[in-house]
Amino acid sequence: MTALRHTFYLTVRQLRNFLRQPWYVALTLAQPIIWLLLFGALFKKIVEIPGFTTTSYITFLTPGVVVMSAMFAGGWSGMGVIDDLDRGVMDRFLVAPTSRGAVMLGRIAPQVLTTLIQTVIIIVLALFVGGRFTGGVGGVVMLIVVSALLSVSFGSLSNGLALLLRKEESVIAAVNFVLLPLTFLSSAFLQQNLAPQWIQDIARYNPANWAIVAGRTALTSGASSGTVVAHTLYLLAFAVVCTWLATRAFRAYQRSV
Amino acid sequence: MTDAAIDVKGLVKTYPKGVRALDGVSFDVAAGSVFGLLGPNGAGKSTTVKILTTLSRPDQGEAVVAGIDVLRRPDRVRRAIGCVAQNSGVDVQATGRENMLLQGRLYGMGGRVLEQRVDTLLERFGLAEAARRVTRTYSGGMQRKLDVALGLVHRPEVLFLDEPTTGLDPEARADMWSEIERLTGEEGLTILLTTHYLEEADRLARRLAIVDQGKIVAQGSPDELKSELHGDAVHIELDAPEANGRVAAALAPLSEVHDVVVEHGRLLHARTDNGARAVPVMLQALEAQGLPVVSVTVARPSLDDVYLMHTGRRFEQADAATEVTR
Repeated sequence: MTALRHTFYLTVRQLRNFLRQPWYVALTLAQPIIWLLLFGALFKKIVEIPGFTTTSYITFLTPGVVVMSAMFAGGWSGMGVIDDLDRGVMDRFLVAPTSRGAVMLGRIAPQVLTTLIQTVIIIVLALFVGGRFTGGVGGVVMLIVVSALLSVSFGSLSNGLALLLRKEESVIAAVNFVLLPLTFLSSAFLQQNLAPQWIQDIARYNPANWAIVAGRTALTSGASSGTVVAHTLYLLAFAVVCTWLATRAFRAYQRSV
Repeated sequence: MTDAAIDVKGLVKTYPKGVRALDGVSFDVAAGSVFGLLGPNGAGKSTTVKILTTLSRPDQGEAVVAGIDVLRRPDRVRRAIGCVAQNSGVDVQATGRENMLLQGRLYGMGGRVLEQRVDTLLERFGLAEAARRVTRTYSGGMQRKLDVALGLVHRPEVLFLDEPTTGLDPEARADMWSEIERLTGEEGLTILLTTHYLEEADRLARRLAIVDQGKIVAQGSPDELKSELHGDAVHIELDAPEANGRVAAALAPLSEVHDVVVEHGRLLHARTDNGARAVPVMLQALEAQGLPVVSVTVARPSLDDVYLMHTGRRFEQADAATEVTR
């Protein structure tokens, strides 16, 4: 009970602080919109490549942009941890009888909420520019679920990294050298069977691709529910491992104080 | 030991890479009093506070705070203590009031009781007007006051103040001092204060311990510590490098001069029962050894002298030296 209450208080704190930075909020919202419109326009003709199974690139691209936004939101979340460490806010929470679980959950929960809002905005925008999602509301919900799992996973890894290394540079490097390549080693922008074989091989083990495949499949009516379930389960397992690692990092931080 | 609010025995803490932060620290603090831990940067003050506030664990030793074993029941200790860390803990994106409310909620407070407590404290620390402003806009002194207010929301029995005035301008420091003095008079609060300002310890602490390189080198009330020094301090600046040997030769025959320390080979510190009588004799003896004197100061004992006697270094220099290596 205490853990839940504390998670709620810390979530409110995160969201309130986030909303207090209007420019940051605007950028967070604008980024996926730019991806969607820019890539959508740039690669519009890509669907004409023989073998591409959809006719609307926006429809194809949307789940990719959603997943990518969720992944990056997670990846950057360690920056907030470093800020709290530097400012002594983390230690203040730890000296108080704050639920230890809530210290971590209070960062993950607002992230899931942000992912949810971001996803809805992207979907609505995509519908405006011609995307069609035959999977309906159920499909969108599944897309949100897999995006949230991915956001939780990379958020945990980012927080763990922040707790262990305590340097903003480490988080920046991880985002640029891990998350960015992961985006391109997936089917976010291009149908997998049109990509080089080695990218297809790597993508099979890429959690970002699991989320994109699951989300895109769910958005299409009559698609294989087995694919969705399988990939969602992979993501769930990945999220469990990541949160476990973050918990370990948190204990290591407490020991090192 | 029953009425000790803090009882510490033989704390040892070694950080990775073999840095021994604490090397057997023991002291106890009577309930309702202010206890000062005085020492230069890196002496082990903050490490002691981190252990007593459950943030860190010692390699060896025991600690009891507010009657609770810190190592066995950290969860219960956390409810009984308030802590103002050296590094301010204010969330700069939240308002003063939001900071306070969240802090109270983490301690299980809520509703009208919490709101009233928060308003009272903000009022008392002169932050009522700024309460609804984001704390990023606060001055250093205001943020520090908010830190102290945060530590008091849940009415702790024991309050830890880790260098509460470091980095404050003289006015804000004087302000903070009167706040701390007021606190001790109320609610039977026990305060453990760490500082590297001698005058701060002298003014606020009923008892204090001087910490140096992870060890407590002296303990007592400021007056006790000063009276151990017997009489006046004489500081003489010589115009001769590496004069240690000749100083010893000059002053050894003078029975009324004791505790002679020579720093950098040319700053001479000594103690004597009567400075006015001893100085002419000392000057004569130094001249006789061919040691020209640049300046002479006679002073009543200060905590600086206590520090010098126990560590062989002057306080500011120890502080400056560690400042550079940090």
